[in-house]
Amino acid sequence: MFTDFDFGVVLSSLPYLFGTGMVFTLTLTALAASGGIILGTVIAMMRLSGIAALAIPAKIYVNFMRSLPLVLVIFWFYFLVPYIGQWMTGASRPISVGAFTSALVTFTLFEAAFFSEIMRAGIQAIPKGQTSAAQAIGLTYGQTMRTVILPQAFRNMLPLLLTQTIVLFQDTSLVYVISLTDFLGAASKVAQRDGRLVEMYLFAAAIYLVICITASTLVRRLQRRVAIIR
Amino acid sequence: MSAIDPQASAKPMIAIDNISKWYGPVQVLNGCTTQVTKGEVVVVCGPSGSGKSTLIKTVNALEPIQKGAITVDGIGVQAKGTNLPKLRARVGMVFQHFELFPHLSIIDNLMLGQCKVLGRSKDDAHDRGLKLLGRVGLSAHSHKYPGQLSGGQQQRVAIARALSMNPIVMLFDEPTSALDPEMVGEVLDVMIELAREGMTMMVVTHEMGFARKVANRVVFMDRGEIVEDATKDDFFDKPRSERAQTFLSKILAH
Amino acid sequence: MNYNWNWRVFFDPSPEGTGTYADMLLSGLSWTIATALCSWIIAFSLGSLIGVLRTLPSRGAQRIGTMYVELFRNIPLLVQMFLWFYVVPELLPGSWGTWLKQLPNASFYTAVICLGFFTASRVAEQVRTGIETLPRGQRMAGTAIGLTTWQTYRYVLLPNAYRVILPPLTSEFLNNLKNTSVALTIGLLELTARARSMQEFSSQVFESFTAATVIYLGISLIVVTLSSKLETRIAVPGSR
Repeated sequence: MFTDFDFGVVLSSLPYLFGTGMVFTLTLTALAASGGIILGTVIAMMRLSGIAALAIPAKIYVNFMRSLPLVLVIFWFYFLVPYIGQWMTGASRPISVGAFTSALVTFTLFEAAFFSEIMRAGIQAIPKGQTSAAQAIGLTYGQTMRTVILPQAFRNMLPLLLTQTIVLFQDTSLVYVISLTDFLGAASKVAQRDGRLVEMYLFAAAIYLVICITASTLVRRLQRRVAIIR
Repeated sequence: MSAIDPQASAKPMIAIDNISKWYGPVQVLNGCTTQVTKGEVVVVCGPSGSGKSTLIKTVNALEPIQKGAITVDGIGVQAKGTNLPKLRARVGMVFQHFELFPHLSIIDNLMLGQCKVLGRSKDDAHDRGLKLLGRVGLSAHSHKYPGQLSGGQQQRVAIARALSMNPIVMLFDEPTSALDPEMVGEVLDVMIELAREGMTMMVVTHEMGFARKVANRVVFMDRGEIVEDATKDDFFDKPRSERAQTFLSKILAH
Repeated sequence: MNYNWNWRVFFDPSPEGTGTYADMLLSGLSWTIATALCSWIIAFSLGSLIGVLRTLPSRGAQRIGTMYVELFRNIPLLVQMFLWFYVVPELLPGSWGTWLKQLPNASFYTAVICLGFFTASRVAEQVRTGIETLPRGQRMAGTAIGLTTWQTYRYVLLPNAYRVILPPLTSEFLNNLKNTSVALTIGLLELTARARSMQEFSSQVFESFTAATVIYLGISLIVVTLSSKLETRIAVPGSR
């Protein structure tokens, strides 16, 4: 059955798969995760601010993003970002921003909704007494958040944030729909060029599997350590 | 019933023979041996962590053992080829936390085992269920759900559920220790009545009043061992071991 | 912005010649719903089975359940889609593979199987959690009245576990529905794919995607409403 398969094609395309594809995937994951966590934290604070003008839009944003398929959101931003760019710069035509920027904006904004739910749970889990204690020593709201609440929430939620980042890592493969060359895109291009779909897709699956299982094992180990300290 | 010396009728309903059990490296039962004969009421007591709950759960193999043997009505619990569900159906069990099935109404709780295990018809199971509810004084509640009853009522339903299977022996695992004090009496009353009707019973409990009233024998456990296995009068009047004396003085002090 | 808004575009005939753009989107919607429902049947039954395996006392059963979950959760859905579509037919004995590839609506069947197996791993985790949150005594009580292991699950553990996990199961159902859009990569003409082709044919980016967005939001709303209705209906009297 496997006699006509040629895994040599995998070997010869390794530099392209990792040097171009995987570097793209990891860059996109890292940037979108950082941006998503920061934006997500802001959204979470808005939702918990008790000010309706901030809380309601934040809630709508989160529920909106969570109701849409990521593929649709990718298409949306792919066509929307040039118009946003035009509006922001006052240019006369939609400006071309490049697929990478568009993907980065998409993933950051999309994942922020999911990160914000994690951060919201994290902030809510900090006992009320912590806020009272911080304010009792004279810290302002902003200082309380920055120096007391958020660091604790962030540390407690770190395993969940990282798990969501692994999901994000897998989700980045969907940039395939706007023809970007991430790891899967690279594998796919080689597969089509050489007519070696079986070998390339099996290899890609194996690599994703190894990376994700390794990463989630590490997260689980971290989780155990966080649980002990708490 | 209690006037007859149970040792004389001498047919062991439950025979526990030198059993030991480990959780990993921790030994929780150490060479326990005792018997319950037909019609006998045996109370098992001891400090918490002494292994008494574990011991009673080994009788219907809810807890496996690593050494020794148990027979119920002559059937080896650990023997290969023993049909455990069939055996368990004949051994009624009442749990500390009632363990009624929360998604089923009271009458359905009583019917589930009858229909699915004994294969009784729905009508038959329903009739028997209602009769038993009457016996524990809860006929009016048959269509309520467990969450709508008090703890004492739930435990009486649990006893009725066990009885609905026509058990040859009843096991009670601390049946009153999760109850508010004012509800202990109603449950004990049902158990006392059951004992007086001649039901063979093995009861893990701290209720020494219950033991005095209906027990034939008392088994005292500590650290996984059976320290004392005596008639009721001997146990209360002249406990031999120091550990049993300490336990009794603590528990009878208030 | 110099964008030509044209909300009447939905009533223009689509270049496919079989109706308007609105018809095109609706046909996409029906594929989305059909794929979501069919794959959910697989996901729910297989997921329940795998979830149960992970709660059985048998080490072997637990290991099989864990391996399944790890395998299907750690490969991106899109890659799984390609594996089912391009790779599986090649690995089957020759005639089967050819038969599979020539099946009409191959992309629909592939999407159903792929999503079913993928979502099953998520359902399994929920079912396992649901069973594990039940008091340990429930299993014992079922066993003690003589129910077999299967009967204990069927009449005691699962009915309670499903009640506990209804809200997260609803999310998984919606995730599964949203994930049907990934199947556009293997040629399934579902809602997102139809919105995309409408945008290409008509150049009305915003109208096309807005329509798809509104439809997805509407479905979410309906599913969430139905689910909370169901939750009230199956709620046990007297439980918190």
